Amino acid sequence: MGWLQLHQLGLSEKNVAIIVEVTLKVGAGRTAIIGPNGAGKSTLLRLMHGLLRPSSGHLDWPQTLTQGMVFQRPVMLRTTALANIEYALKLRGFAAAECHQRALDALARVGLTGIAARQARCLSGGEQQRVALARAWALEPQVLFLDEPTASLDPGSSREVERIIHEIAAGGTRIVMTTHNLGQARRIAEEVIYLEGGRVVEQTPADAFFCQPRTTAARNFIQEETP
Amino acid sequence: MYEISTSLGLAGSLVAVGDAKLMAIVLLSLQVSFTATLLACLFGMPIGALLAVGRFPGRRPLIVLFNGLMGLPPVVVGLLVYLLLSRAGPLGSFGLLFTPQAMVIAQTILILPIVTALTRQVIEDAWLEHREQLRSLGASRTRSAQTLLWDSRFSLSTAGLAGFGRAVAEVGAVMIVGGNIDSLTRVMTTTIALETSKGDLPLALALGLILIAVVLLVNTAAFVLRQWAERHWG
Repeated sequence: MGWLQLHQLGLSEKNVAIIVEVTLKVGAGRTAIIGPNGAGKSTLLRLMHGLLRPSSGHLDWPQTLTQGMVFQRPVMLRTTALANIEYALKLRGFAAAECHQRALDALARVGLTGIAARQARCLSGGEQQRVALARAWALEPQVLFLDEPTASLDPGSSREVERIIHEIAAGGTRIVMTTHNLGQARRIAEEVIYLEGGRVVEQTPADAFFCQPRTTAARNFIQEETP
Repeated sequence: MYEISTSLGLAGSLVAVGDAKLMAIVLLSLQVSFTATLLACLFGMPIGALLAVGRFPGRRPLIVLFNGLMGLPPVVVGLLVYLLLSRAGPLGSFGLLFTPQAMVIAQTILILPIVTALTRQVIEDAWLEHREQLRSLGASRTRSAQTLLWDSRFSLSTAGLAGFGRAVAEVGAVMIVGGNIDSLTRVMTTTIALETSKGDLPLALALGLILIAVVLLVNTAAFVLRQWAERHWG
């Protein structure tokens, strides 16, 4: 039984099909959506999060599920790192004093206590992405969507972000992420959804996917992407 | 060339001696135009932000209207405000005609579309960048508009400056509703027009140079402030 179910989900723009009749159940704690460029990974993630409205089909969510999302390029407001997190908490209705404490805790969890008072836009890309993760984490979502969270980061920052993702998942938050980094998918995911041309080609446990992909398309993709 | 060098000398000496009459004219010009700019920003920026972020019936026609009104002729605005404030007009009982307040009203109406249209453009660009994040965090469109107004405060200084530049440089509207009354509603532009018609070209040109200097000073100060702020806030 999946906690998120997609039924015949489709999205078209200007008569071009971007997502084609996707039917799947996301049940794992950590799911990676992988596929070549233009496969529709980020679009599918946005549909799941509700940022895009499907042209056809529908999604089934448990009514009370809270969600958050971190984007490939972190978007920060022109204020301090701490205030960026406090802003998100205020939007969720937390009292000012609680916002402050929760934001400090969140920054501590991602190892950025020292930069709380610094302007968020002046931080490095890696630090900004960790602030974005802290902001999402502070809201304690039950499911967190991550859109290529390390795509523009150096290896050191990527490892740190992966560590944070593991910690968030260990706290019980379900993770759904897109990535074109197979090594990262292998390290993080329990389940893999392989997407190509807007269609789900394969959905399997991660171990099985990487050892013995069921489809030729997935096999070819792994071969091409493996150095 | 002779007139320009004479005017430069005259402008310099007027400023150097701190000519009281000149200072009063410059001060009134700045008071009227700054107040009008402040009011236009107060109303125009939220309207511009809502036009950028909101989705409601009539939004597109409103955008076209505000863009079109950026080229509003000052004399037409002056005439409309004159009709409103004249004794027989709907607001005649307030007795505002030929007062600095009437000039503020006219200039506010004149620059409101400029501030609104430029704000819409700035916020629309910011909205493209922040939309998904703000929606993901659960911000309503109104809240998003407020957030982006604050976040784009440095870029929005351009909208304010454009409004101020238009207000301080216009002559038609303030001439009609202010009446160019000596020591009461005489501002730099109306004085320039008057002195030119009297044939005192060096004085008119000197005032023109002071006007340009004031506008340049305000813009330079705003530019330096913006550069500093962007370096500080990113």
